[in-house]
Amino acid sequence: MRDLTLDMSSCLSVDGVRITRKGKSLLNVPHLALDGPGPTLILGPNGSGKSLLLRCLHGLIVSDRGQVRQDGVALNADHKARQAMVFQQPVLLRRSVAANLDFVLKRQGMPRSARKSRIEELLAEGGLDGKVRQSARSLSGGEAQRLAILRALALDPETLFLDEPTSALDPNATQMIERMILRASTRGVRIVMVTHDIGQARRLAADIVMMQGGHVVEHGAAKQVLDAPKSDAARRYLAGGLVT
Amino acid sequence: MALILNGDAELWAIVLLSLKVSIFAVLISALIGMPVGAALAVARFPGRRVLIVLMNALMGFPPVVVGLLVYLMLSRSGPLGVLELLYTPTAMIIAQVVLVTPIIAALTRQVVEMLAEEYSEQLRSLGVSRLASVPVLLWDARLALVTALLAGFGRAIAEVGAVIIVGGNINHVTRVMTTTIALETSKGNLALALALGAILIGIAVAVNAMVSTLSLQAEREGLRHA
Ligand SMILES: Nc1ncnc2c1ncn2[C@@H]1O[C@H](COP(=O)(O)OP(=O)(O)OP(=O)(O)O)[C@@H](O)[C@H]1O
Ligand SMILES: [Mg+2]
Repeated sequence: MRDLTLDMSSCLSVDGVRITRKGKSLLNVPHLALDGPGPTLILGPNGSGKSLLLRCLHGLIVSDRGQVRQDGVALNADHKARQAMVFQQPVLLRRSVAANLDFVLKRQGMPRSARKSRIEELLAEGGLDGKVRQSARSLSGGEAQRLAILRALALDPETLFLDEPTSALDPNATQMIERMILRASTRGVRIVMVTHDIGQARRLAADIVMMQGGHVVEHGAAKQVLDAPKSDAARRYLAGGLVT
Repeated sequence: MALILNGDAELWAIVLLSLKVSIFAVLISALIGMPVGAALAVARFPGRRVLIVLMNALMGFPPVVVGLLVYLMLSRSGPLGVLELLYTPTAMIIAQVVLVTPIIAALTRQVVEMLAEEYSEQLRSLGVSRLASVPVLLWDARLALVTALLAGFGRAIAEVGAVIIVGGNINHVTRVMTTTIALETSKGNLALALALGAILIGIAVAVNAMVSTLSLQAEREGLRHA
């Protein structure tokens, strides 16, 4: 009985969520429960609603109908404060690399001396040491993406949403980020991540959500979805992905 | 030119007064205009669009008319007549504040609103409230805001119509560069007028050089990942 309540408390779920714009249904998810411990990866073609679903889970968009629940209760400000998100297009503050990290650490009330060493630690982890004083807006695309991920990790979130975080990264940086994500996951951070990289899904995912046209067409253990997809949509997507 | 090089005392007193009046005016305008501009950019309330249109209209207000209105306010029979500010440097500062505040407010509103749009989701994700986002936006727009201040200063220091009405161009009291040029030219004293004109042009060029350097830098930083 006790175990059951514990299980409940780590559940992020979507119930009857619908988003419609100008008469077009963009997202329609009757039920989705993310309750496993490992990283959840969201796959699906362009425009299938992956980013929209992340925004919903993070409480950035309020759906026309239905509810996002954490711990069985409607998503509230406390929940959101323990979530972090790396956007598909990272938005960095017009400040130095270090100041971008300092901004979130300061908001958490970390004292100045601790912040300085934490920043160095984070930058080393993301391979951005040596860029401390550089203006964040002058970073390359991949460096900017890395900084955005570091900034999200600096928040020390319980849930971390990542929207195609390695889309602009070289293989080395991708590997570095994947390791960081796995480390966070082992620490107990719930990872929900969008990717188009099927190899990456295979490497990271415990479970996979497959999307198509605003619907969740399949949700299951990574191995099962990748090797023996039940839905036609998932089969087609994976076939296309494997060919290229 | 000899007047400038020889450090003519009267000339430099005029230059100094001009700078003092305009710098004061710009600082006061910034204290009013920046919060107003930022509030208009971030807050959502009925009548907001009307206020923005009004502010943009004020930006193009003819200085002479502003001078006249400030004159009416400050004149002996006006509502602020008891303060006896007419024909003092303070009166000139007030007139310039009225001229410059809309410029600073409008430019602030523009840059902060653009930045707010870009930052909005990220800041919400970080849990920054709308109110708390204002200082973040102002700080990150700092290059553009300094440009706005310089633009305001350029307008203030080159302005003649309003300050001549409320300042009266009194020797040693309210005589600034522009008003002295107008007076001395009409008296035929071209040497002083030309010297002051040269200094005024120098200031204008310096301000414009600073503005273009800053906006170039802002653009360079802003264009990436836009
Ligand atoms: N505010 C909006 N108004 C209208 N349509 C929208 C809006 N936001 C998203 N959409 C549409 O919703 C659909 C899903 O968008 P979403 O960004 O979730 O796609 P995605 O699965 O993340 O695609 P990608 O792989 O290209 O990132 C798209 O067709 C998009 O055009
Ligand atoms: Mg997307």
